[in-house]
Amino acid sequence: MDRFEWVDFSLQPEESNVISQTGVALYDGPAKSRVLAVPLSLVVLTEEQPSGFAKSAKIAVHFQKANSGKAPGPVASSQHDYIRLSFRNSGEVEFYRFFMEQLRERRWEKIVPPADPVSGVGARNRPGIMGIERSIQHKQRNMDMNISQSFKDLRMLMEKAKEMVQLSKTISTKIREKQGDITEDETVKFKSYLLSMGIADPVTRETHGSGDKYFTELARQLAAVLEKPLQECGGIMTLSDVYCRVNRARGMELLSPEDLLNACEMFEFLKLPVRLKTFDSGVMVLQLLSHSEEEVVKQTQILLEDKESLTAEELAQQLGLSVILAKERLLLTEKMSKACRDETVEGLRFYPNYFVTK
Amino acid sequence: MATFSWPWQYNFPPFFTIQPNLDTRKKQLEAWCSLVLNYQKSQKNYILDTTEAQNSPLFYNKDINRRLSTDGIQTVLEELRKRGNVEWKDKAGKQCIIMWRTPEEWGNLVYKYITDRSMKNTVCTLYELTHEEDTENQEFHGLEDWLLLRALQCLQSQGKAELMGDEGVKFF
Repeated sequence: MDRFEWVDFSLQPEESNVISQTGVALYDGPAKSRVLAVPLSLVVLTEEQPSGFAKSAKIAVHFQKANSGKAPGPVASSQHDYIRLSFRNSGEVEFYRFFMEQLRERRWEKIVPPADPVSGVGARNRPGIMGIERSIQHKQRNMDMNISQSFKDLRMLMEKAKEMVQLSKTISTKIREKQGDITEDETVKFKSYLLSMGIADPVTRETHGSGDKYFTELARQLAAVLEKPLQECGGIMTLSDVYCRVNRARGMELLSPEDLLNACEMFEFLKLPVRLKTFDSGVMVLQLLSHSEEEVVKQTQILLEDKESLTAEELAQQLGLSVILAKERLLLTEKMSKACRDETVEGLRFYPNYFVTK
Repeated sequence: MATFSWPWQYNFPPFFTIQPNLDTRKKQLEAWCSLVLNYQKSQKNYILDTTEAQNSPLFYNKDINRRLSTDGIQTVLEELRKRGNVEWKDKAGKQCIIMWRTPEEWGNLVYKYITDRSMKNTVCTLYELTHEEDTENQEFHGLEDWLLLRALQCLQSQGKAELMGDEGVKFF
C-alpha cells in the first residue's frame, strides 16, 4: 500500500479528530505495518470482517490510486490497494460507524483552503524535525495571540491601578516627610482621608475593593444581622463562626475574611452594640456590648464550685459553647484569680481557686 | 516536737502545677514554703537533693498521682532562698540546705535560753549547748554543729555573744 504519508501528531487546520481508538493494528495488505495518515478522499470501499474465535475484528479499506502531489510515505510503491485495521481491544463497531459517516459527509471536499496557502501547504507537507518545529511555533503564536487578547482589558485595569498605587505612595511619603512638622491631629485627619479613598494602609500595595463607606455599611449590616444569634450563643462568638454564618446568610455575595475583619474593626468607631475582642491567646471573638466579663467569670466560678473541676471540653458541653470559647472563659476566670489550673498529661483542668478563698 | 500533718493543699491537684496567675501563685508558693519547712522540720532534715526530691512524698502525692515538676521544685526552693531558708550547696542547684529556722532565729532561741537562765557572761562549750541534759527540752538540742556555729555567729555580729575558738562561746 503506497497511499500513506508521514505526518506529525498535530492536526492541520482543516483536519479534525473524529474518533480515537487504541489497540488497533494496521495491516498493509496482508502484512502488519506502522503507518500514520491517509487521505479519506482515496477510499473507495470498506468492508467489515467480524471477530472470530482466535481472530480480532478487522475493517478492510480499499483505496484508489494516490494523487501525484502525495508526500513521501513509508512505502514508495505497493501492489496492494487496501489496508486492514485490526481491533484488538474491540471498538470496531463504533469506529466503523464514524468512519462510514465521515465518508458519507465527504468533509474534505467542503474544506475552505487556508488563507495563507503557501505556509499552510508548506507546513503540512514538510516532513521531519523541521515540520515538527514549525507546527510547534505555529501553535505558540496562536496561543500568544489568545493570551494577549484576553489580557488586553486587564492591562488597562493594571495601568489604572499603577496610577492609584503611585498616588497613595506619594501621599504617604508626604505624610512621612511632614511627620515632624504637622501635628498628631493633622496626621490622623490625613490618614482618615486616605482611608475614605479606599486605601487602608497606604504603605503597602494592598488596595481594598472599595472605599471606607463599604466597610462602615458592612459593619452596620453585620451588627444588625449578628445581634440575635449572638444573644442566642450567650453573647459571644468566635470570628470564624461569624465568618461562616455571615457568608451562609449572604449566599452568593461572599465576604473575604479580610473584609469581615476590617468591617468588624469599625464596630467600636461606629458605636454599634457589637464589639470585636482579641483574647490573649490570639483568638478573635465578637461579643455583645451588654456582655460583661464579670458576669461570665461569676458564672464560670459557680459552675466550677458546683462541679469541683472542669476541663474546657466539659464546660463547652455544659454551656453548649465551642471548646475554644469555653477555654477562653476558663482562662479569663483564672486571670481574675477565680480559678486555678491542674496541668497534667491528661490535659488542662480547672479548679475553684481555693488558694485564695480557703 | 509538733506532729506533722499534710495541709489541705496537698490533696488539691492544682497545688502541683505552678499557677500562672501571679496572685494565685503567690498564695500557692506560700503554702509550698510552709509545707517544705514543716516537713523538713518533722523529719529533722537539713539537706535536700533536688533530683531525689521529686520522688519524696513531699513533692509527690501518690494518692492523687500528682507530682511537682523539677521546675516547680526549683521555683519553690528559689522562693525559700529569697526568704533565707535555703542555701544552695553547689552552683548547679542540685543540693541545698533547708533551714526551717534561719540561723538568726536559732541564735535568738539560744540567747533567750541563756538569758532565762541568767547565764550571761559565762562561757559554755558548743557541745554543752546542744548535747547536755540541761538543754534536752530545748528545740536546739541536737542541733547540728555547723548550724549552731552560724547561729552563734549571728549573735556575735549583734554583739550578744563572742565565739572563743571553735568550741566555746561567751554570752553578754
